[in-house]
Amino acid sequence: MRFQLSADQRALRAGVRELLERRFGREALRAAVDTPGRLDRELWRALGDAGFFALRQPEADGGVGLGLPETVLAFEEAGRALLPGPLVATHLAAGTVPGAAGGETVVAAVDGELVEWLDAADVVLGDTGGAAPLRSLDPLTPLHRVPAARDGAATAPLADLLTAAEQLGTAVRVGELAVQHARTREQFGQPIGAFQAVKHLCADLLVRTETARVAVYAAAVTADPADIAAARLLADEAAVHGARDCLQVHGGMGFTWEADVHLHLKRAWVRARRGGGSTESEELLAARLVA
Amino acid sequence: MDLSCTPEEEEFRGRLREWLAKVLPTLPAGPSPDDWPGRRAYDLGWQRMLYDAGYADVHWDASPTTRLIFLEETEKAGAPYVGAGFVGLLHAGPTIAAEGTAEQRARWLPPILRGEEVWCQGFSEPGAGSDLAALRTRAWRDGDDYVVSGSKIWTSHAEVADWCELLVRTDPDVPKHQGITWLAMPMDAEGITVRPLRTLAGSAEFAEVFLDEVRVPVGNRVGAENDGWRVTMVTLSFERGTAFVGEVVACRRVLGELACAARENGRWDDPVLRRRLGRLEAEFRALWRLTQWNVSEAEASGGVPGAGGSVFKLRYSQARQELYDTAADVLGPDAFDLDRPWVLDRLSALSYTIAAGTSQIQRNIVAERILGLPKGR
Ligand SMILES: Cc1cc2nc3c(=O)[nH]c(=O)nc-3n(C[C@H](O)[C@H](O)[C@H](O)COP(=O)(O)OP(=O)(O)OC[C@H]3O[C@@H](n4cnc5c(N)ncnc54)[C@H](O)[C@@H]3O)c2cc1C
Repeated sequence: MRFQLSADQRALRAGVRELLERRFGREALRAAVDTPGRLDRELWRALGDAGFFALRQPEADGGVGLGLPETVLAFEEAGRALLPGPLVATHLAAGTVPGAAGGETVVAAVDGELVEWLDAADVVLGDTGGAAPLRSLDPLTPLHRVPAARDGAATAPLADLLTAAEQLGTAVRVGELAVQHARTREQFGQPIGAFQAVKHLCADLLVRTETARVAVYAAAVTADPADIAAARLLADEAAVHGARDCLQVHGGMGFTWEADVHLHLKRAWVRARRGGGSTESEELLAARLVA
Repeated sequence: MDLSCTPEEEEFRGRLREWLAKVLPTLPAGPSPDDWPGRRAYDLGWQRMLYDAGYADVHWDASPTTRLIFLEETEKAGAPYVGAGFVGLLHAGPTIAAEGTAEQRARWLPPILRGEEVWCQGFSEPGAGSDLAALRTRAWRDGDDYVVSGSKIWTSHAEVADWCELLVRTDPDVPKHQGITWLAMPMDAEGITVRPLRTLAGSAEFAEVFLDEVRVPVGNRVGAENDGWRVTMVTLSFERGTAFVGEVVACRRVLGELACAARENGRWDDPVLRRRLGRLEAEFRALWRLTQWNVSEAEASGGVPGAGGSVFKLRYSQARQELYDTAADVLGPDAFDLDRPWVLDRLSALSYTIAAGTSQIQRNIVAERILGLPKGR
């Protein structure tokens, strides 16, 4: 058993991180916040060129020919970078919607009573009749409301897994931010990270992240719906709880628009409701117990 | 990332399964939890069977994956728990294997493997628990012996142990981490008094150990004099890193049983309880993955388990308590009847966030050693 990243997987993850740092660094992130609703088409095409949407497409069809584990690593990085856009919907549409794989076509999808990025998308999957815009809580994710879903909110397990991977990325990033701040901010004559109350917040954040990480990676290997449901639950928890704890570690600074913490928390909330939220995953796992 | 095992490992699993299916039905019923001599005999008897069948050294000679398979399969089959063999097999033995001389390995390891000798752990003292390095039990050199005086506390299995992995202070005049030595003390030596302590679960699981000028040969020292803290870290990393593996499998089985019990008594229809069970299933699935991840990492680095054991211990000790709290909700009024299954387990689960280092101490370790946050002043 080699339940560790292979050298190729490590290289892939580093490559995606490097691409995102170059194309969507802090300045680009804040610029995106200042122009809500605008999707950077150039960046989208760059992602397409890099194979982000075609990772799992066979090489014969012009895809990259990799598997779910690699895709999950790429989505973890997207989550870590707070990359905006209907990433999951477009990735899942590669191979069925022309242009999605290459990043020319932006694909969004109705999910429950909400649609992310409806106006910016070229193709929207699902019934958008009666869609009305919301003033979105998350400045980086425009939302429309649609009438109560006609056929339940069930999404594909793959969408759940990729969402979990994005949430994992958020958990990782807010952990980095919390630790950075705890090391440098001084109060009472020492770095706040020397205080146990702060240390323990950071330690718990890491424990939740690492537990979510193994759950997400294992689900990517097995693709078992119950493993995916478990991964979703743990990753949602790691992202949402982690972002809150990170905000706490930042003190008053954490409550400002200027600090990025709120952007991570808001995005984590938006993702956490996808596919019916935790209820569905919990019920699926409970059913497994007595199956 | 690969969760599959090699053909050799699968072959090992198959052989072990077959053997377990053959021998488990022949085992006598276990002794009552309070019968310590009975438990000693039973646990050692099981270890002897493992030895004769060629499985005894799996805890420190086999590859980590093989060991994982061993723990998984024995637990799944309902084989006896290591019990009184815990300290010897899971942390004193591995410490001696890693740090002892050839002579020491030859003296102490085979009897552990053959199920002949039981070990206990004399680390904690009344004034040195979380602050383990504050220990004060003294040892003086006298010829070829150390002469040891002081007292230990919370010593599990002390009553039935032959040997004790003992921490003593050999130099009181240096900073507290520097003057400690790791000794193997024979429990039948003159000057040792064991006084059992009753746990909140009702049984005498651990004890106080009083040491009055106990003579321990210098040859029983593992590692150098005053280098005991480093050896202790090796022991603790085994204790936190890999000693709980089989239990995660057991928890997953209990969870399945709980769900079935809830279906039978109608509590399953309560969506709040059902969803809690679902969340616990997610939790234990992840804990099993964390185990596989840590084992793979140990296999890749070829060394002693690292601070990642603290991540596991923190999460697992919490999850185990939640599991048995949920069991109480499934049981309803039966949750107050000590004769029902899971009720004693609920009580013993309370020790998991304390023993082998409290959750608060594990958080300090995670924050300082993994995250690199500054030490408090
Ligand atoms: C069932 C069981 C079996 C055991 N078996 C053995 C054994 O076989 N051999 C052995 O040597 N020991 C054994 N122990 C002892 C165990 O390792 C200690 O109980 C444990 O390390 C805690 O020490 P303490 O009991 O002295 O508590 P204390 O150290 O007094 O701690 C009390 C409380 O204060 C908190 N605290 C203390 N220091 C800090 C700090 N710096 N920061 C934050 N919080 C802090 C702790 O987290 C805890 O909540 C066993 C314990 C139990 C419960």
